[in-house]
Amino acid sequence: MSTLILTLITGVGLGALYFLVASGLSLIYGLMHVLNFAHGAFLTLSAFMGWMVAQALGTDSWGSFLLSVLVGAGVGAVFATLTELVLIRPLYERHIEQVLVTVGLSFAAVALFEGIWGTDPIHIGGPPWLKQTTDVLGARIPNTYWVLMIAAVLVLAALVLFLQKTRYGMIIRAGVENRSMVTALGIDVRRSFTLVFAIGGAAAGIGGVLAMHYSTFVSAHLGQTLLIFAFIVTVVGGLGSLTGAAVASVLVAVLQQFANFYLGGTGDFIVVILLALVLLVRPTGLLGRKA
Amino acid sequence: MSGAPSGTGAFSGTPILTVRNLRCTIAGQQVVEDVSFDVPATGITAVLGRNGVGKTSTLRGILGLISRRGEVTLAGDRIDGLPTHRIVRRGVGYVPEDREVFSKLTVAENLALAERQRNPRREFVAELFPDLVARRDQQAGTLSGGQQQMVSVARALLNDNRLLLVDEPTKGLAPKIVTEVADALQEASKIVPILLVEQNLEVVRRLADDAIVIAGGRVAHVGKARDILDDEDLTRRLLGVHVEHAA
Repeated sequence: MSTLILTLITGVGLGALYFLVASGLSLIYGLMHVLNFAHGAFLTLSAFMGWMVAQALGTDSWGSFLLSVLVGAGVGAVFATLTELVLIRPLYERHIEQVLVTVGLSFAAVALFEGIWGTDPIHIGGPPWLKQTTDVLGARIPNTYWVLMIAAVLVLAALVLFLQKTRYGMIIRAGVENRSMVTALGIDVRRSFTLVFAIGGAAAGIGGVLAMHYSTFVSAHLGQTLLIFAFIVTVVGGLGSLTGAAVASVLVAVLQQFANFYLGGTGDFIVVILLALVLLVRPTGLLGRKA
Repeated sequence: MSGAPSGTGAFSGTPILTVRNLRCTIAGQQVVEDVSFDVPATGITAVLGRNGVGKTSTLRGILGLISRRGEVTLAGDRIDGLPTHRIVRRGVGYVPEDREVFSKLTVAENLALAERQRNPRREFVAELFPDLVARRDQQAGTLSGGQQQMVSVARALLNDNRLLLVDEPTKGLAPKIVTEVADALQEASKIVPILLVEQNLEVVRRLADDAIVIAGGRVAHVGKARDILDDEDLTRRLLGVHVEHAA
């Protein structure tokens, strides 16, 4: 019983991490039809910057932990904004070129990060509580999973509030549905492109700092590893659907954890099978809309 | 009407919109070959023609929603080099074919999104479409086709536009709703000129002052709407229909 609970809760926690990365990917694709392969780079740079802040202030304190998360969000947002303005915007409506430039940026960024911080993983510290566990019905749940869940819930709530209660949120929702009609109402939809990139980058940045604590290390490849699962989550949930991304994050991660524990470490394989099944049976994803 | 086609009954007065040698392409395919016409600054001007001659593409080309070449001026100012949102902000409202309401947004959100000015004409719109006021919190995708058309027209009427481009507003609607939409457009035409693409010739007869007939990707005829619709040979030749005239 305790194993079942442990697997379930850690699955949900891992899903929370996937959601932090996938939420931005999904929003960006939904509005701009760009698969952003540079998203992992936003995450990795945020993790490194968050680590540097924590190192400077003392890794044990909650204050430095929270500040590193905020710095991660800020770095992710700025990096994503610059990417949109400098690389994506000049290629407006040229989707293949936009995707290719994000692929190029992701490779270049990893090379740059390796040049700056080296190729080996850097083990990191954090508040002692993060290394401890909490007992739930006999299952000892690592505390990092609770932090991941809280962060994902806060990000989801903030995104929903933003999308539902602000004019820019309304423009983004409308743009996901019919971008050309938004422009036909006199709205410069490209401004919301930058905003969506910034929001996605901020979420990825938070995910990057927390992924670093989850993995207990930071490396130049941190983002790339997570990006693969974030893409799977985004496709399974339905490209462009935030709710779909949230549901699919939990589904994919729980399935992955169960397969890892009960089916001899086949979690990654099972997730890819799930992706193939969704693409064959329901190509629009669980909550995606038809083209 | 220099540069405009050689049809009869050229419009008088200063036009609000002039289109010269407009050519439009979609995915490399030419959909409007060479269209030139003027739109008077008052009343409703209908764009007529058989299916597939490029009426909708002409409207979308004017608005910059599809790739286009040629010269388009709005109240004397060139707009053909501007992106769509800037053309709209200069005072061009658009009611697209097939309504294109944002189905997951509420009626109120659909309307709020269209508001460009500090004091949008909410009361005017509410008087024209009281049903929309009652359904303001309903998701637009759950409305009937007629109600969605009202949302689409209402979006264009909220601002002080200089011209409305209205594309097949009665397409697929029940006769009662056709009358309601036509009433609304007639009321709107008192405050803003309208360029109307419409297949329902009874609606054209009721609403339009002038008409432009497109055939083979070019303007084939220009004149008073009633004169065109009363000319059996012209309607059969250019529109492919036989119009029954009331006794």
